[in-house]
Amino acid sequence: MLWVTCPNCGSRPFEEFRYGSIFPVTPDDITDDDQRNVDYAWMQDNIEGPVLERWFHESGCRRWFTAKRDTRNDAWLDV
Amino acid sequence: MNEFVETLLDLPWQTETEPNHTYDVVIIGGGGHGLATAYYLATRHGITNVCVLDASYIGSGNSGRNTTIIRSNYGIPEAIAFYQESLSMYEGLESETGCWVMHNTKGQLWMAHSTGTARTEQTRVLMNNACGAPSDYVSPAEIRKIVPQIDLTGGGRYPVQGASYLHGGATARHDRVVWAYAQGALRAGVHIFQNTAVNGLVKDGGRVTGVTTSKGSISAGVVLSAVGGHVSTVSKWADVRLPIRTHTLQAFVTNAYAHEFAPIVSSNDLVFYVSQTARGQMLLGAEYDRQASYDRGTSFAYLQSVSAKAVALFPFMAKLRILRSWAGICDISTDFSPIMGYTNTPGFLLSTGWGTWGFKAIPAAGSQLAKLIADDATPDLIKPFALSRFEREMAMADPSSAGTK
Repeated sequence: MLWVTCPNCGSRPFEEFRYGSIFPVTPDDITDDDQRNVDYAWMQDNIEGPVLERWFHESGCRRWFTAKRDTRNDAWLDV
Repeated sequence: MNEFVETLLDLPWQTETEPNHTYDVVIIGGGGHGLATAYYLATRHGITNVCVLDASYIGSGNSGRNTTIIRSNYGIPEAIAFYQESLSMYEGLESETGCWVMHNTKGQLWMAHSTGTARTEQTRVLMNNACGAPSDYVSPAEIRKIVPQIDLTGGGRYPVQGASYLHGGATARHDRVVWAYAQGALRAGVHIFQNTAVNGLVKDGGRVTGVTTSKGSISAGVVLSAVGGHVSTVSKWADVRLPIRTHTLQAFVTNAYAHEFAPIVSSNDLVFYVSQTARGQMLLGAEYDRQASYDRGTSFAYLQSVSAKAVALFPFMAKLRILRSWAGICDISTDFSPIMGYTNTPGFLLSTGWGTWGFKAIPAAGSQLAKLIADDATPDLIKPFALSRFEREMAMADPSSAGTK
């Protein structure tokens, strides 16, 4: 993962960026309110494959953007 | 290459080439944790109808990729007690197994470069002594006696204020630990199958009753997942949701340094750690990569940042060259504590959340999980580390694990 595509700046070195977060999703089949809170607070999808994330171009345009990355091989995909 | 590493070797104590149809216990993952559990099941509890499966060769995952550090100076009482038990068991591992695992007690310094972290380290010393892990807070002059190579000004940028010193800090050769447990388990009658990937679980009603593998399906009384980075995938088969994210952790060694570098040195502010291997190489590691990933790639940026930190404290390292770098994929739990024991799915047990702190825990986790399986009850030492702690609002937030900040 040496290069990241920023929507504003194009392809830039990975070190310029800061990782933000994933989009956590609590599964619909958890219906109990307490269980949903536990899931929201602690549990992780930990997806092995393409995942949508927020990234911050810290040493560049300093804008947040949504990126799609394959966690199996760190390939950057089109959003 | 020594005789144990980086290749798929035959297991000389095993005659079976195909797994049986049924076992009392099937353990997924032939790393230190899986093999230690099998070893203690067979040797301490007489449960020998046990099978350990690994998708590649034993110790090919994080057990063969860590920085071999054994310490117990954690930040919460439950963790200190647990890791101190493990540290003590490591001290007796060679006499118990009859295998030389190159265990070497060398002490660990955890340095502070600011008033705030100096206070953190003083707190750590008080906490550790109270919970049974002998430690001292040492001054810069004492640090120089322990490790004369240090630049106490930290390159003018990170002046050393003091450090906590864990007397029992140690290292052991990681693949020898894996092989000691494998050999002991096999001699006691456990079956180990390498190159046997588990690709699903067999379920009957809500209960896990076996595994499907590349060599056919195997029924089991209980299935223990001792899987490293891919644990979320295995747990999904059992309908268990985990507070785990998989992150890449990198490490590297330099060429040999001809002089002795006695202790293990960590830095609280700089977040890196260094020790010397038996070959004389300097072994360095730091925090895990921020973004979740299953990729074992290493990066130049990491080598650069860790090297800069190391050279600031130890100027002699500027003359060394980086020999080799590698990465493992770590199962980091959201409260930075391990997860051991029962899940809400009957027949499915977990040993996970070992993140960047798994190697040091191998003997204690293995023996405690073996006891759990044999007695069908959770031993007191690992009760706080059950998966159910999250729904009980008893998460074990431990910010003192190296590589987590």
